[in-house]
Amino acid sequence: MALRFEVLGRFNRARAAQLTLPHFVCQTPLFMPVGTQGTIKGLTTNQLEEIGCQIILGNTYHLALRPTSELIDELGGLHKFMNWPRALLTDSGGFQMVSLLHLADITEKGVTFQSPVDGKPMLLTPEESIQIQNRIGADIIMALDDVVKTTITGPRIEEAMYRTLRWIDRCIAAHKRPNEQNLFGIVQGGLDPVLRDICVRGLVDRNLPGYAIGGLAGGEDKDSFWRVVAQCTAALPEDKPRYVMGVGYPLDIVVCSALGADMYDCVYPTRTARFGTALVPEGVLKLKHNAMVDDTRPIDPACGCMVCKNYTRAYIHCLVTKDAMGSQLLSYHNLYYMMKLSRDLHSSIIEGRFPEFVCDFLQKMFPKGDIPEWVCNAMEVAGIDISSCCAPFTSPQDYN
Amino acid sequence: MNIPLMEIVALETGFYLGHSYHNKNSLCREQQPPGKRGSMKFAVKAWSNGGKARTGVLYLGTCPSPLETPALLLSTRKGLPHFISPDLLPSLPHPDSFLLQVSPLHFLEGPSVTTISNIGGLHQMLRLHDYAFAAVARDSIQCLPESDSTNKLGASFETPCGRRLIKPAEYLQMISSMRPNIWAALADEVPAWVSDKRNKTSVDRTIKWLDECIELSPQGGVVFGAVVGGSKVDERKRCAQEIAKRNVSGFWIGGFGLGESMLERPALLEAVMDSLPEEKPRLICGLGLPEEVLQGVATGVDLFDSSYIYNLTLGGFALTFPLDRIETNASGFQSTDMGVDQTKINLKATVYRKDTSPIVASCTCYTCLNHTKAYINHLLNVHEMLAQTLLEIHNTHHYLGFFRSIREAIKDGKFEQFRQMFIQRRRDNIAAVAVCA
Ligand SMILES: [Zn+2]
Ligand SMILES: [Zn+2]
Repeated sequence: MALRFEVLGRFNRARAAQLTLPHFVCQTPLFMPVGTQGTIKGLTTNQLEEIGCQIILGNTYHLALRPTSELIDELGGLHKFMNWPRALLTDSGGFQMVSLLHLADITEKGVTFQSPVDGKPMLLTPEESIQIQNRIGADIIMALDDVVKTTITGPRIEEAMYRTLRWIDRCIAAHKRPNEQNLFGIVQGGLDPVLRDICVRGLVDRNLPGYAIGGLAGGEDKDSFWRVVAQCTAALPEDKPRYVMGVGYPLDIVVCSALGADMYDCVYPTRTARFGTALVPEGVLKLKHNAMVDDTRPIDPACGCMVCKNYTRAYIHCLVTKDAMGSQLLSYHNLYYMMKLSRDLHSSIIEGRFPEFVCDFLQKMFPKGDIPEWVCNAMEVAGIDISSCCAPFTSPQDYN
Repeated sequence: MNIPLMEIVALETGFYLGHSYHNKNSLCREQQPPGKRGSMKFAVKAWSNGGKARTGVLYLGTCPSPLETPALLLSTRKGLPHFISPDLLPSLPHPDSFLLQVSPLHFLEGPSVTTISNIGGLHQMLRLHDYAFAAVARDSIQCLPESDSTNKLGASFETPCGRRLIKPAEYLQMISSMRPNIWAALADEVPAWVSDKRNKTSVDRTIKWLDECIELSPQGGVVFGAVVGGSKVDERKRCAQEIAKRNVSGFWIGGFGLGESMLERPALLEAVMDSLPEEKPRLICGLGLPEEVLQGVATGVDLFDSSYIYNLTLGGFALTFPLDRIETNASGFQSTDMGVDQTKINLKATVYRKDTSPIVASCTCYTCLNHTKAYINHLLNVHEMLAQTLLEIHNTHHYLGFFRSIREAIKDGKFEQFRQMFIQRRRDNIAAVAVCA
């Protein structure tokens, strides 16, 4: 095990912790921006440090294609290759294959797919995924799991869950750098509480350095989503980090943190920046909108980032979706927003004012008090009283 | 994560349109600063031995320290370098990097002139208070003169928002709202191949428009008169002489880089320079390559634009030629046979795949201090924007160094040797590569 996880403060299920990784001492809850190919949208590594990024995620599938894991290894690992002194996490590559390649097929051996280079059939086994990730050298590496769409039902879910458990042993056996890299197992089992339970228990038995909750953020309904998170976080060990994969929106992160999750990753902040959308406490601000053309306010008057301190919406409006600088500046702001959110979650838990923080967050996002029901339900389970920011109860029928 | 959860169009909530928030949060400048932006002083300090190449000092109101010429104006898109975000700008050499060229036409689609004026002009809108802006309609990248559609009313340009006719009055409105340190008068630029008649018209119109511009100019504005005349020595001379009679602070020399050959240029440049007063600065548009810059400096040009750096950067090229002075007779040109023409390297070339050295070992730019050729090669291969950011930083840094070498050579009275050495070194290397091939 190459990490230390110390819980510094709690509020019911929510926790603020210090996660010490080989390359960085992180504060949780934390959001990990996705740097697919060893870079994030025109931002320099100095800027990413300034913004407060603690861990960057790299995609094994993309890095294995170009520049290849062998080259990264030869040049001293991904940290050195991209000159990023802080922590890195790589995924297993399986999810990318299944989601990007039409002809991916999963068998007991591994994930078979058509090579995007020459079209030949290729096989990614759990052993190979770990070997590749060992060569890339991230602080956290992910086990290869059998990924199925959350919206699928039936025996395939069960098969995938049991296969994920069989594969974790192959991953553990293949892992050659356990003293420098932390292998996280991934809880599968779809939306079925029984399957999720079996999977969590199986993984916890293996005593891994950390655990991820997989198979979510794939279009399932929000109520199912938070219930799976709540079930898994409740069953996972207290002294290990919990990572909800592919999440997400600021609201999802607040809810999951209330339920006891610690880590998140998503392409959303940078992808949405490319389309001219800024994350703000009220939700989102579409800079492309015509009403921005002569608006002399900053994107978010409450934001302390380099962009908001200096630039008007009017100026950003004329850049977005047209000039590279538009996407650079908006990505900067959006990542800053996510990092600020992570810091606020951490400090409010430590300082014992987590419920106030959650209420304040919800109030800004839902000024009319129309907080989605799934959020209310999740907060009840999390033991966070949000009645102060909810509108007086009105059933939808009252409007008809 | 494909369905955005809370696509609150902020406008519908009413929050963002609440006018009570407007003043409180606005980034507009509360009070207009005193007119220091309009101040400019220029003094020639030295001439190279027996030549016309000169060094000078340019004092601009907003810049904390004087700028030495010959100097490079950094090319921008909407006031910021193409890929270098404003927080990275200070990593470039001071004060050499403090001159920015901006095209007012970049803002044709907004913000409106009223808004730009309310914000407080370019310096405030871009939050670059210590920098100096030179506004020129043509940027040689996105905004190019379209002489066929230019008429007596105004100059036509191809712009990112289509072909647009810009009249002097409209242009001056933009200038008044943006309040650049320096602005070039509107010109009717024509390519080298137009008829004598069209060329003559372009000179007549450019002179007429200068008079209109001066009449409309905001007080304290520093205007550079535009000199055109295509490939005709007589017309060049006539235009320069007429413009020199006007009340201008300097000269913007247009009509180059539009199809004329490098061979016919010296005569044209000399015709222009000989007709201009020595004590005023000369800014040229369209000479970008190192050899072209040397050609311009040799005839007495002081300021150059840098679309060359943009083009290099987009092509994946990095400048690598040695910046040493003449005394050290190093033959340090990098000689590999891949993607090289002795002044630059193409980082897309596979030879750099495993090259863990910086672009230039002795370079102190952010890129060279932090990243390897192998990493930039990878970024180019996977089409990641950081490649352009890192290349623009290095290329700008390197080219500013080239200008510094030019200034030193002039001060040492050795500009002509410097120029010959530079050109000879390239020839030798081209020959060497040809022998190897
Ligand atoms: Zn911001
Ligand atoms: Zn450099």
